[in-house]
Amino acid sequence: MEKNKKGQGEESFSAGGAHAVNKFKISDAIMMLVIIILCATCVLPFLHVAAKSISGNTAVMSQSVYFWPKDITFDAFKRVLADASMSSSMLFSVWVTLLFTLLGMIVCTCAAYPLSKKRLKGRGVLTFLLMVPMYFTAGIIPQYILYHQLHILDTFWVLILPLIYSPYNMLIMKNFFASTIPDSLEESAFLDGASNFQILWKIVLPLSKPILATLSLFYAVGRWNSYADNMYYTRSSDLKMMQYKLYQLVASATEAQNASLADTGGVTQSTPEVLQAACIMFVTIPIIIIYPFLQKYFVQGTMVGAVKG
Amino acid sequence: MKKVQSKTNGVITQTSWKNAMKRDWQLYLLLLIPLVLVIVFSYGAYPGLRMAFMDYKPAKGFDGSEWVGLKTFQKIFKDADFARALRNSIVFNVLDLLVGFPMPIILALILNELRYQRFKKVSQTILYLPHFLSWAIIGSVALTMFKPSSGLVNIALMQANLIESGIPFLNEKWHWAITYLLIGVWQSMGWGTILYLAAITGISGEQYEAAMIDGANRWQRMIHITLPGIRSTIVTLLIMNLGRVMGSNLERLTSLGNTQVKEFQYQLAIYIFNKGLENNKFSQATAVGLFQSAIGVVLVLLSDRIAKKLGEDGLL
Repeated sequence: MEKNKKGQGEESFSAGGAHAVNKFKISDAIMMLVIIILCATCVLPFLHVAAKSISGNTAVMSQSVYFWPKDITFDAFKRVLADASMSSSMLFSVWVTLLFTLLGMIVCTCAAYPLSKKRLKGRGVLTFLLMVPMYFTAGIIPQYILYHQLHILDTFWVLILPLIYSPYNMLIMKNFFASTIPDSLEESAFLDGASNFQILWKIVLPLSKPILATLSLFYAVGRWNSYADNMYYTRSSDLKMMQYKLYQLVASATEAQNASLADTGGVTQSTPEVLQAACIMFVTIPIIIIYPFLQKYFVQGTMVGAVKG
Repeated sequence: MKKVQSKTNGVITQTSWKNAMKRDWQLYLLLLIPLVLVIVFSYGAYPGLRMAFMDYKPAKGFDGSEWVGLKTFQKIFKDADFARALRNSIVFNVLDLLVGFPMPIILALILNELRYQRFKKVSQTILYLPHFLSWAIIGSVALTMFKPSSGLVNIALMQANLIESGIPFLNEKWHWAITYLLIGVWQSMGWGTILYLAAITGISGEQYEAAMIDGANRWQRMIHITLPGIRSTIVTLLIMNLGRVMGSNLERLTSLGNTQVKEFQYQLAIYIFNKGLENNKFSQATAVGLFQSAIGVVLVLLSDRIAKKLGEDGLL
């Protein structure tokens, strides 16, 4: 796939070169400018918040911090880290995300692999059954009642079980299996007496690393970022994930823009601005750290999986 | 090899369940896990939809609550809150679609035309980033950027002497509407390009070469080759997006909203949350949820039908 893409890129490039003699035209400049501006809107806000988070209170108060910190101090970060409720909810988020991703990948593979086999009897019906939830959900109230009946309301499991099967991810994985794993490979293994389990474990999965990386990222990011279910289905404060905490903190700061944060995070005696910035960075940094490493996988994986989808 | 192929091919059409089970029991065993989850957690919630046709009282449960037929629906259609939520949902989601849907297509076309591969790669990486950040983060960063008095955007505009006093980007409903829409577009545009870019790689280079020999310029190639080449992707994504016209993202609404913009922020997602979980009007909230889901399904089916009539592949 990757090779294909490159090959084609070069081809059209050289073809363009043959005619346009690689002249850098004004349209190139305009397009680059547009992209640069859009990229700036993605980077600068975070740079601004990052700068604020490690600046001194007075500099931030006087609104003289733009993209570069002034009077560098890590006090706000130290305070966020020292706040037991913050660090415990961070650890909780990490733990929930890891478990969710692991279970999600298992469930996703269990659904996608069999359904990618054309020979599977009942494949149509089974696929239909597993895809319906993508188009029709009962809505939060019936779900709330259901979780109540299942006794998982306000427990750790309500953050995991309902969402580990994702029709969307399953579709991507199924398409990947169907389009990239040659049938002949499995057939010869079959003739050698390998079972379906063995084929999946020893042949298919090792060949599917890009899609495994991609979907793990989707699962992890999906869980890490969403907090609506946290808001609907949990009450206990020890089940609060990081994002929900950040949301509450910001929501209350919005309503009372100059109020202290004392009543929300338990973080006291500081300018809300710096502290808020530190909280935002605290939650954003984990994503920014892992993102570049996984990027090369997910672009490739999504493309292969989605081409047919 | 060929023999095996034809043998398995023959088997496909006429395998009995017994043989299929014997050969693929392990596959069915694997499928059992997601099936159980879907049945318990997705289908399991469907019976709860009958609340919409009952006067459901949490204390009495399903058995003790009364059936009321379509009364709940009659009630919500007379409810002023519902009318407002419905209007806001439709207006904002249609605007979202109008502004937000073409953006990734345009962006993908531009990215595809970029000459420097490294520049292209780096900018793609940056543009995908907002998709991976939560609405809590985006909302709080937006707040920092758009505060009327101390937000960076307002300070910059004031220093450039373009405005005299801060613009209430997030604190006045009309400004909020625009900011809300643009932030939504901004958040999804980069990631949205990925499927289009994938489709573009599927267009053969020969077509471009032939066009160039014929003297087609870049603009013409874009319109006559690239755009038709990704048409089926556009149609598929359009159908999927139409299904979402009724549903809004509660996280996006709450993280960007505040009491000053309540009038526009109040959409169906908020209505359901408010009535259902905060005020225990379970029947009413379920009815609205059902209404919302049903419209979504109908829109998907309808647009799929229309797409197929127009000769497209459609989605289903």
